[in-house]
Amino acid sequence: MPVHPSRREFLQATGGVAAVLAAGMVISVTPARATSAAMDEAVRRVVGPARVGKGRVKLELPPLSENGNTVPLTVSVESPMTPAEYVKAIHVFTELNPQPEVASFRLGPRAGRARVATRIRLATTQTVTAVTELSDGSFWSDTAAVVVTLAACLEDA
Amino acid sequence: MAGALINVPERAKRGEIVEIKTLISHPMETGYRRSQTGARVGRDIIRLFVCTYNGTEVFRAELYPAIAANPFIVFSTIATESGTLAFQWSGDNGFSVTESATIAVD
Repeated sequence: MPVHPSRREFLQATGGVAAVLAAGMVISVTPARATSAAMDEAVRRVVGPARVGKGRVKLELPPLSENGNTVPLTVSVESPMTPAEYVKAIHVFTELNPQPEVASFRLGPRAGRARVATRIRLATTQTVTAVTELSDGSFWSDTAAVVVTLAACLEDA
Repeated sequence: MAGALINVPERAKRGEIVEIKTLISHPMETGYRRSQTGARVGRDIIRLFVCTYNGTEVFRAELYPAIAANPFIVFSTIATESGTLAFQWSGDNGFSVTESATIAVD
């Protein structure tokens, strides 16, 4: 029985550890990258001191966009949309555009369904955040990362 | 120039959720770009879109320069009664366009 591990065994063992470490690093780095100071400030202006929870809102964007000048965006919120419980507003922010605000949609129980869609500009590869305000005063958010190959804001008129 | 396209179903059942699509021709100049001479191109965007249903506001959108040119907005409303849906876009440099569509509710 060999005392020292073979080269293959050694690489398998250490490689596995390295992969676990790398995965851990990616997971720990993502939340930090998902916000920029400008975007945090913009979100604070809308939300105030309230806590923003994760979930209930779903932000849909293509993971890869060839043209940052027009990127389709859909936001939907789980809500019965009754006069007692409805979505008051949906706000969209970007972390790396010149201005973090993208749009604020004001809804009410007469919307029937809390779902809005539009097309946005993205200056570069970045994370987009949607924040929703419910009638009970709570805030919820979702984020989506988009890789942009042709940036908006750079081409000539 | 200020052409607006609206897609509202002509008929709907009472209580049905109808999807409304709107598109308006507008450059949505961000104010962050520079012309070939290096001068900053002034901002010229639509800042507000409002939809009213028989006079009652049902949807409003505040827009910023990050909205793509020719703003396309999709939202929904409950068909409560026959009547008129009015749409208004307003923004920089006195931009204001109104459009309307009728809906028949059974």
